[in-house]
Amino acid sequence: MTPIIEVNQLCKSFDRFNAVNNLSFTVNKGDIFGFLGENGAGKSTTIRMLLTLIQPTSGSIQLFGEALQQNRKSILQRVGAVIEKPDLYKYLSAYENLNLFAKMSGLKLSKDSLMKQLDIVGLANRSHSKVKTFSQGMKQRLGIAVALVHDPQLIILDEPTNGLDPQGIVDIRNLIIRLSQERGKTILVSSHLLSEIELIANRLLIIHKGEKVVEGSVKSLLDPAETIIKIETSDNQFAIQLLNKWKSNENIERKENEIHIKMHKNDTPFLIRFLTENNIDIFSVKHVNSLEDYFLNLTKSDTHVQPFTN
Amino acid sequence: MIKNSTSLLLLLLLFNQQIFAQDINVLLANIKTKMSKIKDYEAEGQMKTKVVFLKLPVAAVKLYFKNPSKFKLKTSKGISFIPKGAVNVNMNSLFNEHNFTVIDAGTDNINNVKVRVAKLLPNDDNSNLVLSTLYIDPVNLLIIKNKTTTKENGTYELMMNYNKYSSYGLPDEILFSFNTKDYKLPKGLTFDFDDQSAKNPLSKTNKASKGEVKITLNKYSINKNLSDEFFK
Amino acid sequence: MFSLLQIELFKISRRPRTYIAFAAITAIVLIFQFAFKADGESYMNLMLQNVQDSFDLDKSKAINGYFMCYIILNTLLVQVPILVSLIAGDAISGEANMGTLRLMLTKPYNRSQLLFVKFLAAFLFTIFLLVWIAILSLFVSLLIFGADDMLIFRVKGDESQILQISKDDVLWRYFAAFGYAAVALTVIATLGILLSVFAENSIGPIVATVCIVLFFTIVSNINVPIIDKHVKPWLFTTYMVGWKGFFYIGIDNEGQPIKGSLENWPAIRNSLVILIAHIATFLGIAFYSFQKKDILS
Repeated sequence: MTPIIEVNQLCKSFDRFNAVNNLSFTVNKGDIFGFLGENGAGKSTTIRMLLTLIQPTSGSIQLFGEALQQNRKSILQRVGAVIEKPDLYKYLSAYENLNLFAKMSGLKLSKDSLMKQLDIVGLANRSHSKVKTFSQGMKQRLGIAVALVHDPQLIILDEPTNGLDPQGIVDIRNLIIRLSQERGKTILVSSHLLSEIELIANRLLIIHKGEKVVEGSVKSLLDPAETIIKIETSDNQFAIQLLNKWKSNENIERKENEIHIKMHKNDTPFLIRFLTENNIDIFSVKHVNSLEDYFLNLTKSDTHVQPFTN
Repeated sequence: MIKNSTSLLLLLLLFNQQIFAQDINVLLANIKTKMSKIKDYEAEGQMKTKVVFLKLPVAAVKLYFKNPSKFKLKTSKGISFIPKGAVNVNMNSLFNEHNFTVIDAGTDNINNVKVRVAKLLPNDDNSNLVLSTLYIDPVNLLIIKNKTTTKENGTYELMMNYNKYSSYGLPDEILFSFNTKDYKLPKGLTFDFDDQSAKNPLSKTNKASKGEVKITLNKYSINKNLSDEFFK
Repeated sequence: MFSLLQIELFKISRRPRTYIAFAAITAIVLIFQFAFKADGESYMNLMLQNVQDSFDLDKSKAINGYFMCYIILNTLLVQVPILVSLIAGDAISGEANMGTLRLMLTKPYNRSQLLFVKFLAAFLFTIFLLVWIAILSLFVSLLIFGADDMLIFRVKGDESQILQISKDDVLWRYFAAFGYAAVALTVIATLGILLSVFAENSIGPIVATVCIVLFFTIVSNINVPIIDKHVKPWLFTTYMVGWKGFFYIGIDNEGQPIKGSLENWPAIRNSLVILIAHIATFLGIAFYSFQKKDILS
C-alpha cells in the first residue's frame, strides 16, 4: 500500500496554545480515511497544515511521498479540498465559480465538462443561479464540485456534512463512496460525528486536544470481538464477582447501574446463561461497539480518558 | 568754411532757443495738429506683462483707434489680463476728450533728449482725470512720457519710443506702468503642492506693487476707414 | 499568471461595488460641470480677488475645458483614494471574509504570485478609474467648455500667483499629471492591500486606509510652520498633490512663463521617488506578512 499522506510528529502552537501536538498518521492510497474529533480537537488545524494554509511549528508532512513544503505546487495540483463551509463567490453563478476555480487550477474546461461536473453534485439545473441564492447544502455540493474540478487524486473534506439536512447528509455520503469506488480517489474526511464516519470510512483516526487517541481500520475497531455488552442485573455486585472468575478483570467495568463487559458479540448467550444459572436476574442487555464508546467518553469528559479504566 | 559752419551752428542754436522758448500752448497745438492727421489706425504688436503675481505669456495684441476718441485694445487669441488704464496708452484721444488748463513746467531730460514739460489740468471738475503731465520732444513734436493721475485707477506712467511711425506721432513701443494691489489667496484654498522651495521673507513690502506692461507695435495701418465693428 | 490576472479582473468586474466608484466619479464630475456652466464666474471672482480692480479679463474664456479639469482634479483626487481603497482594502480580506481565500491558496500558485496578481488588479482598477476621470473631466470638459489658455491660481509659500499656460502647452502636462496621479493612487492601493493582508473582513482595512489618508491630508493642511517643516515631509499625502507640479510652469527672469518648461522638475521627481519607495515598502511588508501568515479564516 502506498501512503498518500504521511504525517510525522506534527505540532502547531498558536502563542502558548498547543492546537496540534505530536500527531502522526498515515493515509493510504484508496482509503476513505475518517478524521474524528470533537470541535476544537485540532482537526481543522491539521487539515490546514496538509494544505499549506498553516505552517507547522514542527514535524513533517509528506504527500504522495514528497515533502509538502518543498513540492507545494506539484502536490497541490493533485489535491482537492473543501474546508469547512465553502462560501465561494456569492455574486457569481455556480457555473462561473466552477469555471473560475478550474482556471485557477490551470484548466480550460469546455462548457460540457463543467456542466457534467455540476451534474455529479446535482446542480446542473441551477448552474446559472447566483450562489447567494443557494441553500447551505447546495453550496456544500458546489464546494465539492470545485474540489473535484481538476480531478485530484486526494480529496480532503473538512466537515462536509456540517449544517446539512438529513437528505443532504445522505447525498454527500453517497458521493464520497462513489468517488472512492468508481474513481479510486483517496479521501480524507473529517467529522465530529462517529456515526457518519463509521458508515463510509475504512480507516480512521481520533484526536483529542491535538493528540492522537487511536488510529486503525474501522473493521478492527468495530470488530465483534471488541463489542461492549451492557447489562442491568438484579445484583450487580455479585454479578461482577462471578464474572471476574469467568473473564479477566480489565474487561469488566461497573458504570452506575450497568455492567460493561468487553467481549465477543457471539458470546452474549453464554453470558446470559451463566448469570441466570447463578440466580442473577437480567433486566436488559445492550450491544455497543468499542469505537462508539471511545468517542462518547471523549466527548463527555474534558480530560483524556483511557477507555475501560477508571 | 569756418565762417559758414559757425553761422550754421549759430542758426541751429537760435532755432533751438526759439523752440524751447516757444509758448507751451503753441507746442501742444502743433502736436494736436500733427495727431489730427490720423483719422483711424489699426496696430498689431505684442504685449508683455510684468506684475509680480501674474505669470503671463507674451500676448499678441491689436490696437484700434478712430477719431475722435474710440479706442480698443484686443488680444488676438487666448486669455488676456488687460490693465484697467490701458485705454490711456492712446494719446490721440487725450486732446479730443478734455479741455485743459496748461501749465508750463519747464524742461527736463529723458534718455538724453531734452524735453518740455506740460502739466494739463482738466477744466471739468467731474472728470476722472486729475492731472496729466506730458514730456514733449519739441523738435520732433512727440510725446515721450506721460504721467497721469486718475480718480479711479490711480497714477500711471507711459514711456513711448518712436521710430518708423514718428511722422504720425505713433509709437513703436509703449511702456505702461501702474500700481497694483497685492494678490493674496487664502491658504488652504488651493491645496497646492508644496515643494518646500518657496522661502521668501520679502512679502511684507509687497502690499502695493508696480505693474508694467510693454506693448511693442510693429505694424500700423493708418487711415484705412476702420469700421465701427471693432469697438464693440 | 496572466490567467490569474484575468480571473481577478473578472471578479472585480462582476462586483457591484466596482461600479459605485465609477458612478460616484461620474456624478461628481457632472455636477462640477453643470455648476461651472451655470455660474463659473462666482468661482472666478473668488480666485481673482482684487486682481479685477487692476485688470480686465474675459472670465468666460478663462473657464474653459483645461481649467475645469484642473478644478475637478483638485477636488476629485482627494476623494479618489477612498474609491481605490474600496477595492484594494478588500483584496485579501474580502476573500478571507467570503471563505474563498483558503480555496485560492490551495490552488497550485505561490502566495506571492497571488498577492502580486491582487496588486496588479488593484493597480489596473486604479488606472481604469483614472482613465475614466480623464475622459470625463478633461475630454468632456473640453467638449462642453472648449479649449483655451489655462489659468492656475496658486499659493506658493507666502505668495499667491496666477500662472497662465498657453493652450498648446497644456495637454502634455495633463498626461504627465495623470501619470503622476497613477503612481500616487498606487500608494493608496498598496496601503489598502497591505492592511487587507491582516484582516478577515473588508470593512476594517478600507476604513483604516481611508482614515490614514484623511488623517495625513488634514495634518498636511494644518499650515503651521512647525508642522510644515518637521511633519509634512514624512507624510506620503504631501506628495500626492505633486501632479500639480506639472502645471507650475517655469518662469524666465522677465516673469514670463517659458513654454514647455516646469518650475521645479527635481521636486516632482523626488516626490515620485518617495511615492515609489512607499509602494515598494508597503508591498514588501505585505508580501512578507502574507507569506508567513497562517490562514485561519
